[in-house]
Amino acid sequence: MGEGATALAGGTDLMVEVNFGHTRPENVVALRRVEELAQWEGGRIGAGVTWRRLERDGPRALAQAARTVGSPQIRNAGTLGGNVGTASPAGDGLPFLAAVDASIELASESGRRTLRWDDFFIGVKKTARRPDELISAIQLPEALPDRQEFAKIGVRNAMVIATVYCVVTRAEDGETRVALGSVAPTTIRARRAEELISSVASPGEEDLREFARLVSEEVTPITDHRSTEQYRRHSSGVLARRLLERCLR
Amino acid sequence: MIVSFKLNGEETTARVTGPLSLLDMLRDEVGLPGSKSACEQGECGSCSIVLDGELVCSCLVLAGDVEGSEVTTVEGVAGADVLHPVQEAMHEAGAVQCGFCTPGFVVAAVDLFESNPSPTTSEIKEALAGNICRCTGYGAIIRAFEQLAGRGT
Ligand SMILES: Cc1cc2nc3c(=O)[nH]c(=O)nc-3n(C[C@H](O)[C@H](O)[C@H](O)COP(=O)(O)OP(=O)(O)OC[C@H]3O[C@@H](n4cnc5c(N)ncnc54)[C@H](O)[C@@H]3O)c2cc1C
Ligand code: FES
Ligand code: FES
Repeated sequence: MGEGATALAGGTDLMVEVNFGHTRPENVVALRRVEELAQWEGGRIGAGVTWRRLERDGPRALAQAARTVGSPQIRNAGTLGGNVGTASPAGDGLPFLAAVDASIELASESGRRTLRWDDFFIGVKKTARRPDELISAIQLPEALPDRQEFAKIGVRNAMVIATVYCVVTRAEDGETRVALGSVAPTTIRARRAEELISSVASPGEEDLREFARLVSEEVTPITDHRSTEQYRRHSSGVLARRLLERCLR
Repeated sequence: MIVSFKLNGEETTARVTGPLSLLDMLRDEVGLPGSKSACEQGECGSCSIVLDGELVCSCLVLAGDVEGSEVTTVEGVAGADVLHPVQEAMHEAGAVQCGFCTPGFVVAAVDLFESNPSPTTSEIKEALAGNICRCTGYGAIIRAFEQLAGRGT
């Protein structure tokens, strides 16, 4: 992509900025009909794959997230690549990518490179993508944990930016991952909580309580017009515990 | 730039300057004011159209991105002098108050009934979650489509 060019996929983030005069792209690279970006083979999901398709065919927790995005109109247009490109702390697709340690594949005239999610997302709406690079795909690991659950907390069901997003996965051997969105500048993993619970074969009430406490301790939320720091912290623990319990069922 | 695309089945060209939305191009350049402009941020659905087979908000489509595409607006859901069953159902159920949201609901509902001729009430509500009625006439709108679903199309 030429420098100074702006990528346009579904337009559901970019066009809002354009309509409100926040940005006025001079050169637009329209990706909606680029077939290669719509390709999806195994764990390699093309950047142009829409929420609609993820809702239908995605791994469980990613499909659960896709189902909650915007509205039918938004899910038909919006893509995973666009969600990754925007890199909002409230991006619905991002906790899943963090939980499974996904990589972001970038392509430019000088070749391709892949960055692990935590090297790619570097701040609020900030990524390590160079201006000449396109996001070509999202790569998931070959084997995904059987148990995976997504949920978010918001004020209503449809068309809402939530206050806490969470994905919990648990593998056969007990290895547990907890990823949370909207409670720190980027999506984060609650590593201490993961470590604690991964070593417990069948967690009891005490373990679950300690797990929730650690999650609440590890997040670093802020107070804004949607919620308070305290509420986000508390609900992070509650939500992660609830999802873990679903994984254990 | 000149954009050529198929609009409601007919080859159409329009001139656009700058980063114009498809919605503005339809209303101001092509002269089809059926798609309504309200929020311009994908929230209200009053600008709903079908682009290459997908129901989307035309306010979030860049005009230049429809080059070579097929677009169906509310003007194209039925023939010139006939109503689509979806329109008939809304008319019969009194599902129109000020009418501003109606074109968006019509396009979204036509899209729903094409893929699912007898949706349940919750499927109807989910399919219309991206359409807002400021007159809050949802009761009659949902009833219209429940009746249509019962009848089958
Ligand atoms: C009404 C409404 C409701 C919404 N609800 C939700 C929600 O519930 N959850 C949620 O997570 N998001 C939501 N969004 C935001 C948005 O829909 C998503 O972030 C979506 O995934 C963006 O994808 P897109 O294809 O539309 O991106 P675009 O708007 O086309 O692009 C987004 C950004 O990424 C860049 N980009 C896109 N593709 C590439 C690429 N291949 N390579 C490099 N850069 C690229 C663009 O330049 C731009 O900066 C909502 C938006 C609206 C308007
Ligand atoms: S004007 Fe497009 S969704 Fe409101
Ligand atoms: S009838 Fe007035 S906005 Fe719906």
